[in-house]
Order: sequence, then structure tokens, then C-alpha cells
Amino acid sequence: MAAPLSVEVEFGGGAELLFDGVKKHQVTLPGQEEPWDIRNLLVWIKKNLLKERPELFIQGDSVRPGILVLINDADWELLGELDYQLQDQDSILFISTLHGSRIGAGSTW
Amino acid sequence: MCQVGEDYAEPASEEPPPRQPGREQKCVKCKEGLPVVVIRAGDAFCRDCFKAFYIHKFRAVLGKNRLIFPGEKVLLAWSGGPSSSSMVWQVLEGLSRESAKRLRFVPGIVCIDEGAACGLSPEARAKALAEMKLILQTVGFPWHVVALEEVFDLPPSVLRCFAQEPVGTEGAYKAAVDSFLQQQHVLGAEGAGDSPSLAQGEEQLSWPCTQDPQNPQSPDRPPTAAQTEALSRLFDSVKTLTAKEELLQALRTHLILHVARTHGYSKVMTGDSCTRLAIKLMTSLALGRGAFLAWDTGFSDERHGDVVVVRPMREHTLKEVAFYNHLFAVPSVFTPALDTKAPEKASIHRLMEAFMLRLQDQFPSTVSTVYRTSEKLVKAPRDGCAAGPPGPRCLLCMCALDIDTAGLCLPSPGCSEEGTGEWVLGFSSPLVPSAPLYLQTVPRLLGLRLPCICPRRSPPPHRPLHPAVLQGWGGCRAAVGGPGPARGAALLSQGGPPSPRHRAAVLRLPCEHEGLALPGPPAALHLGRGPAPQPEVPTPTLLREPWGALGRSACGATSHPAASPGPASSSRSRSTWLRTVMMRRRLARAEPEDECPGPETPRVPGLGPLPR
Repeated sequence: MAAPLSVEVEFGGGAELLFDGVKKHQVTLPGQEEPWDIRNLLVWIKKNLLKERPELFIQGDSVRPGILVLINDADWELLGELDYQLQDQDSILFISTLHGSRIGAGSTW
Repeated sequence: MCQVGEDYAEPASEEPPPRQPGREQKCVKCKEGLPVVVIRAGDAFCRDCFKAFYIHKFRAVLGKNRLIFPGEKVLLAWSGGPSSSSMVWQVLEGLSRESAKRLRFVPGIVCIDEGAACGLSPEARAKALAEMKLILQTVGFPWHVVALEEVFDLPPSVLRCFAQEPVGTEGAYKAAVDSFLQQQHVLGAEGAGDSPSLAQGEEQLSWPCTQDPQNPQSPDRPPTAAQTEALSRLFDSVKTLTAKEELLQALRTHLILHVARTHGYSKVMTGDSCTRLAIKLMTSLALGRGAFLAWDTGFSDERHGDVVVVRPMREHTLKEVAFYNHLFAVPSVFTPALDTKAPEKASIHRLMEAFMLRLQDQFPSTVSTVYRTSEKLVKAPRDGCAAGPPGPRCLLCMCALDIDTAGLCLPSPGCSEEGTGEWVLGFSSPLVPSAPLYLQTVPRLLGLRLPCICPRRSPPPHRPLHPAVLQGWGGCRAAVGGPGPARGAALLSQGGPPSPRHRAAVLRLPCEHEGLALPGPPAALHLGRGPAPQPEVPTPTLLREPWGALGRSACGATSHPAASPGPASSSRSRSTWLRTVMMRRRLARAEPEDECPGPETPRVPGLGPLPR
């Protein structure tokens, strides 16, 4: 039984467009049997925060390729990616590096 | 191997250490700090080492290429996005370093407001512009904000490639740097403060960050509604997102080029990152711009002549850029682009981006492999002569037109005279520059199946087959044929009924009954090879004739009166040689007979004397 967690979820690089333009979300994850990890968090985000076009953010059970995930300002690859167990007061930042964020792949700059 | 979507169970379950470095690892560089970011496949860097690595890469790219001379005016193309923001920040940091290592050029910033093309409301545009100006003022370089609508006011000069200044050699660059440093010394080590050196007497004490550096044609006035409407109509008239993106890029390029030219900038720096360039490379291939990859994705792009576009961020991946911007608070402005929130298959660019990123996810060396491949692309001019006269250029992208200037696929005037208008292999212009090119190309041509192009034609006029021209045909010395038609026919008959290709090899002329417009050797071939034609052969006429006329020269039974038999003494050796050639060719390329009809024994025209 996992206690409720309070985490800060932040979006950048254009990903915030999918969340009504709101960059920072202070969320309280409800208690559940399984411990909260990034995988569950993504499911939760998709259900509760994502306002439109889920396919632009989530692909399968992970984020879409091109979206970086930082957990407490560190690369999630260092922390186990989807299997990282969330702690209270963690800060998870999703940065989109996709073209739609600003400039086209076909552009010169 | 690289199949996107394929489920590779083993790597995921094994979790090989390079893919999943744990936090307990130390920074690979300093071996002490706690790693914060994973670069490439498994290299974990701590914050400070990452910063040093990032900055070093930027400086190394500039230093390695040595294109930006001290004191040169460089325009930074800033879109507000992460890569260009990072680039501007690097330049800012680089200029403020201690004098020995700091950057030495004079920067300016250009920013293009593309809200009209992206369908933004005026309020959204104004808001984005305000944010951008805030950052521009913080940075402090001279800045130019240009609305995309100003493309309608561009002069035609943006579509011209101006004479390129000769690129400095290695020695020239070093000399420029040395003299610059000496100048700094002489100026009395004024602390080298924050301002870069003076360039040609320009004042750079403190960059005014207001309207002064702006485009004098539009001093900070917003574009008119009519212009915005015209731009919207322009983009709406383009049906596909791919085309829209390409159009936007072209307009953007022209606008920035114009700003650079107007304000005297000789270089433009763009923030293309490694990932973007890898995607751009693949997209360009899909769009048919494979011939220009070196210009589109290389470090420098000199197609415009006087203004050179450089890409100093081309070794930074988007991940590094995003991490750096976040960790070190680099300001950037997000504005929706043309294809924000576009689905994956909305355009070729989107599709290729999704493909590359997905592949990169599974195989982390994808982007770097594509990047390394792009580094090997060489900007070789078509004719191999860098200083040759420039060929025709595309109006929009200024790249050399991707046509075969050797004329291998151009219609022959002769052929068109007959109204076929079809493509005939051969050479169209007698002013061909390079004979050796033909001598390399022609044997390959001979190996090709020649198309039956002009199936039925009236019997061509009887013209002699110019022996000198025949001799000039690389690798095929059929001109050494016998003097008379009978002998020629005999030679050919010994080799059996040759295919049209062989006929071409021997005669390079269609028989009159075939009506096949086999390629005649170019009149100019003989210019590069072989001696001048014999006077008794009507050389000038033949040379001036379109080559198609040569191609039409008859293998008629009757020889041209002008064709005189060659010296009898040499004809036997020539005939032996010819026979050998024919047999060898026939054996080497055992191909079925061409479908073009032809007599069993094509007749040989009267062959002129063999020029020595």
C-alpha cells in the first residue's frame, strides 16, 4: 500500500501545449497498492492531466521518443527510467524536443 | 537490425549497463561527481563536467573549421527555440571570457516573427514578440526583429548568388588571428572587458538594443494587415504540410540573407543541432535533395556567395541542448510552429523525425551515425572543377541545378528536327568542355542497351561517317574500318549480325532501314582526341551538324561520294583490329538482339581515311 505522494510535474519545450499551456502541476497521487513509479505516473497523467492528443505524449507505456524526462534534475536513464520509484516531493520534468515544439526538422534554424 | 517497432526483448530484459547507467555510478570524466545526464550510450556526466563538455564542443567546432575570422560580423539566427537559444547563450558566454580564449567575432541577432504563417492571432504574436524582446535586451547584442511578411518587400538580389570572396587558407586564418592579437596588445590590454575588438572602425562600446540596429526599412512597425493576409493566403494555397514547411524555410532563408546583406554581416550562424541535421538529412533525401546534402547539413553553406551560413551546434544533440538549457537556465521562448501538434504522418518532416527518434530510442548511435555520414559528404562540383563557370542555379534554394551538364540526356537538335522530340543518348553541344569526361563515359554508354528511339524515319540523307569522329569514340576504334562499304560489310558480317549496340560500337550509326537513332559520337569528341580530320572528308560540315545528323548518317549501300577510300596499305591491319573488337564485344556482352528491325548485314557507309 503506497501512501499518497505529492510530486511536482512540469512540462517544457512545448509539451505544455497538451496540458492547457500549464507548465507546472503540483499533483497529489492517491495511495494505491502498488508503489508509484514512472510507469504508473504516466498512466495517471494520461488519465488526469492530458487534455488532448495523448499520442503526442505517450507511446505505449512510455513517453514518445523525443520527450526527455528529468527526475529531480537528473536524467531518468540514470534512475531506472520507467521503474523509478517515486518519492515524496519529487520533481518530474518532461521536456519535448520534437519539431512541433518550435522549428521544423526541415528548417535551417 | 534497425527496424523500428520490432520488439527486441533481449536488450530490454538484460538491461546492459551501457544502456542503464545507475545513479551509483560516478561521472565518467571526473570520477567524483554524481552524474546528472547520460550522453551518447552510457557516458554519465556530472553537472560541471557536462557544462565543460558542452562548451568545449561549441568552441571546438568553431575552432576546427576556422571560417569565422576575428572581427567578422556574424548574424545569429535566433528562433526562440532551445537550440538557437543555446547557441546565442554560448556566444554570449564565449565573448565574455578572458581574452585569450574568448570568441573574436562581432555578433548580431536576427529573429523572424512567423506568426502569420503559423496562423497565430495578433495577440499571441505580440505576446511572443514581447517575450523575445525581453530576452534580446538581456543578451545585449544588436538585434533585428523581422516579420515574415517582409518577404514581399525583398529585392530580387536575394535570389542571386553574389561573388564569393575567396575562402581564407589556413595560413590566412592564422595570420588574421595573429594580427588581431597583436592589435589587442597594441591597444593596451584595455582589460579586454566585455566588448569585442573594433571591427573596421565600428563602434561597439555598448550595443544599442533598440530600434537602431533594426531593419531600416521597417523601423519596428508591425506588418500591415494586407501583408499578413497575403502571407496567409500564400500558405493556404500550399496544399501539403511538407510543401508549407519547405516554403517557410525558403522564405526564412531569403529574409535572413537579406538582413545579413543589408547590415553587412558576412556570416550567419544557425542553431541546427545534431539531431535536427540528421533528421534533415533523411528528409532531404526523401524530398529529392540528395545532391545538396553537403550544403544543407554541413558546417558551412556557401551557396549564397557573400553570406556564409555556419552551423556551430551541429555536434550537439537535442538531448544535450535541452539538458543544458534546463540545468543552466538558458532562456528560450516557445512559440507554436507550423506543425505543432501535427500528427506523425502529417508531413515528410514529421514522419522522418518520428522515425529517427524512435530508432534513436532503440539504437542510441543512430543520430551520431547519420551525423558522421553527413560529415563525409563533399561539396564536389559536377565537372570536378571548382573554379569553373557556375552552372544554372535553382531560383529558390540557390543550389546548382541537378541536371546532367554532360548532356547525356538532353535532346539532340537533330532528333527534334525530325519531330520526335525524344531523348536520345548522345551529346548535344559541340562546346563540350571536357573530352576526357566523354572518353570515360562513352564506353559505359556503349555497354548500355540503347533505346529504340526513332523507330521509323525517312531514309536519312547519305552522309559519310566521319572517321575521325569515330576514332574519337573512346575505346572504340571502329573508325579504322575499311574504306569501302563492301569491305565494311564484310567486316561486320564476320562478326555476325551485331546488335544495335554493336552497330553503335562499330558504326555508331543507324542503318537507314532501322531508323534507329543510335547515338552518334559528338562532333566535339574528336576535338579532344585524335588528329584533325582529313581534308577530303567534309569535316566542318559534320562537326557543325547536330550530332543527330551524324546519327542519321547512312549505312547506306551507296557510299558518299565524298568518302574516299583510305590508304590500302593500312586497311588490313585495321580490319583485323576491327574484327577482334567486334568479336570481343560480342562475347563480352551476350545480349539479345535489339528489337529494332534491321537488315542482317547492315551496310557500312563509306569510311573515310583513317586519320593518324
